[in-house]
Amino acid sequence: MDPFLNTAISIVFDGLAYAMVLFVVSVGMSVTMGLMGFVNLAHGAFAMAGGYVVVSLMNRFGVPFPIALVVAFFGVGLCSVAFERGLYARFYKASELDQVLLTIGLVFMAIAAATFIFGPAPLPVTLPDYLKGQVDLGFRAFPTYRVFMIVAGGVIITALWLTFEKTRLGAQIRAAVDNRRMAQSLGIDVDRLFTVTFALGSGLAALGGGLSVDIVGLSPGYAIEYLVFFLIVVAVGGLGSVKGAFFAALVLGILDNAGKYLYPEVGAFMIYAVTIAILLWRPNGLFGRT
Amino acid sequence: MRKFSGFAVGMAAALMLAATAATAENVKVGVVLTTSGGAAEFGQQILRGMELYLKEHPEALGGHDVELVIRDSKRPGGDIAKTATQELITRDEVDILAGYVFSPNAMAIAPMISQSKTPTVIMNAGTAWIPSMSPYFARVSFTMWQAGYNMGQYAATSLGAKTAAVGYTDYPPGKDSLAAFKTGFEAAGGKVVDEIPMGGPREVPDFTPWFQRVKDEKPDVFFVFVPAGNHATAVVKTYADLGMAAAGVKLIGPGDITQDTKLQGMGDAAVGMVTIHHYSADYDTPDNRAFVKAWKQAYGADSTPDFMAVGGWDGMAAIATVIRELDGNIEGDAAMQVLRGWTFDSPRGPISIDAETRDIVQNEQVHRVVKKGDRLGIEVIGQIEQVKDPCKELKIGKCGQ
Repeated sequence: MDPFLNTAISIVFDGLAYAMVLFVVSVGMSVTMGLMGFVNLAHGAFAMAGGYVVVSLMNRFGVPFPIALVVAFFGVGLCSVAFERGLYARFYKASELDQVLLTIGLVFMAIAAATFIFGPAPLPVTLPDYLKGQVDLGFRAFPTYRVFMIVAGGVIITALWLTFEKTRLGAQIRAAVDNRRMAQSLGIDVDRLFTVTFALGSGLAALGGGLSVDIVGLSPGYAIEYLVFFLIVVAVGGLGSVKGAFFAALVLGILDNAGKYLYPEVGAFMIYAVTIAILLWRPNGLFGRT
Repeated sequence: MRKFSGFAVGMAAALMLAATAATAENVKVGVVLTTSGGAAEFGQQILRGMELYLKEHPEALGGHDVELVIRDSKRPGGDIAKTATQELITRDEVDILAGYVFSPNAMAIAPMISQSKTPTVIMNAGTAWIPSMSPYFARVSFTMWQAGYNMGQYAATSLGAKTAAVGYTDYPPGKDSLAAFKTGFEAAGGKVVDEIPMGGPREVPDFTPWFQRVKDEKPDVFFVFVPAGNHATAVVKTYADLGMAAAGVKLIGPGDITQDTKLQGMGDAAVGMVTIHHYSADYDTPDNRAFVKAWKQAYGADSTPDFMAVGGWDGMAAIATVIRELDGNIEGDAAMQVLRGWTFDSPRGPISIDAETRDIVQNEQVHRVVKKGDRLGIEVIGQIEQVKDPCKELKIGKCGQ
């Protein structure tokens, strides 16, 4: 194959898989932050919780990988309701600084709790055999897990799009994001909507956490190590926009990959350079409302 | 009243002297290791090695008592290790310092121990020129050059490699390892076609973009240095996921990437990897069999010692020699005199501390990962005897100063 084409395919393919991890974890954060106007820096902690649920279910109880992912989505989503009702709801009217302090405190507590329960060392995940090795797509072979990751990301974005565009819940969320007071006066129970959306966002974070273990690893530091990447995706995409989170993840994932592949000496900085450029051009993000 | 109390204190002191004369002096060893965070396992291996040596050799201290004062150095940056060391020297008044997992941590304390003249036994940090930074350093672990330089020579001569790519974690031991391999490989006629910095030591990155680049370049061998532990597992996994073996790129490196504690988690993808290192729990020698047996008795059948454990064991043996020879009265220059030229039969084989450079001299073994029943094991397929640090021998860069 033409070397240039081969290189381009490598970069786009690996970048896509990485982009899907970024997207699945960040989209929940984008929606909850956009809808509620709540700065939830503990979002990464829910992703980490999902990762630990998946790894413990698989390693200790021999639960198959797909089922473990489903359990993580619903389990963490339901648990997050307790957090939303018990803690977050009290801070909806608080200042952003208070919200930041609350959630960053939760992050540190999550790190301590994970260290206490699972130990400080990263936990490995043993994938089922059908996700190991490579799959030949005719013109060349790709790592199976990354193909799976891209397919899974595609399924999730489709499901989310359908939820937001075609269901009543989606219409309510869109209405509340656009104009909360108007939505409330139309009889939408915004409190309940917040809870459901928050659970959905946290569940997505957990799903992303579980899916990402094989690619970025899992240790108690996860809650904070990747926070900056999630925030970048949210900022670049624009708050509250599923479409924005998706395109931001694509752009950042592929460019990060290209940077590392083509210019290893400076490549890791690429993601920040792109972020700065995009935000200078559109301060509210690609699909943010002005 | 004053007279009486003076008398009582005198009596008490006399009694205490009589009591301590029998148990002799208490030697304080300050131990700085990572005991929390992602690298906690490294600290644990070294500490367990030290404690096991003390337990197995009650006579080694010559009747003296030793107290280990342990401090956590947390991350590789050097700042926390420096604070911890300062406390140990000034507040705890330790006689000897030991430990140091990460190179930047050992480097950070060099000026301090020179000033306080505290003998310091490095039990892991492997950047070549660390012992040159203070006359009070002695190293019992390894230098990056011992494995890297020899791996370069071996790849060119025995594996028949003409081209190589090098991937390394971007911090001092990584750059050191790159220089070591490159020097050895190019001296033996090979050519390094790509040098890739692969992120920092704190987080395990996604290695895919860098490995994909190497796969497309198709060198004969891909030499990888990453910190031992989970980086190593991720390297082997990525190598397998991308099908690099089938593409004709052989994965080689120092033994950090086939560490005993991580080997079983790597799966069959690791089979056939060739590394050069100074220790594996699989060495079939009487000394090592006894060491591994004692280890498993002390820490459980599932536990296995690795090269860090041996660093702790050997380092404690060196410290015990100092305590015995100086009869518990540790003084900086005298202690270093004992450590210079010290020899020992380690589980890894015969070792010594070079009198001039205060660095370890040891055998380097060529390892191949093989399947032993249902577990992965190390087979020794070659040996380079009594390797002095090639960096200092060849006077390269900072090693020449």
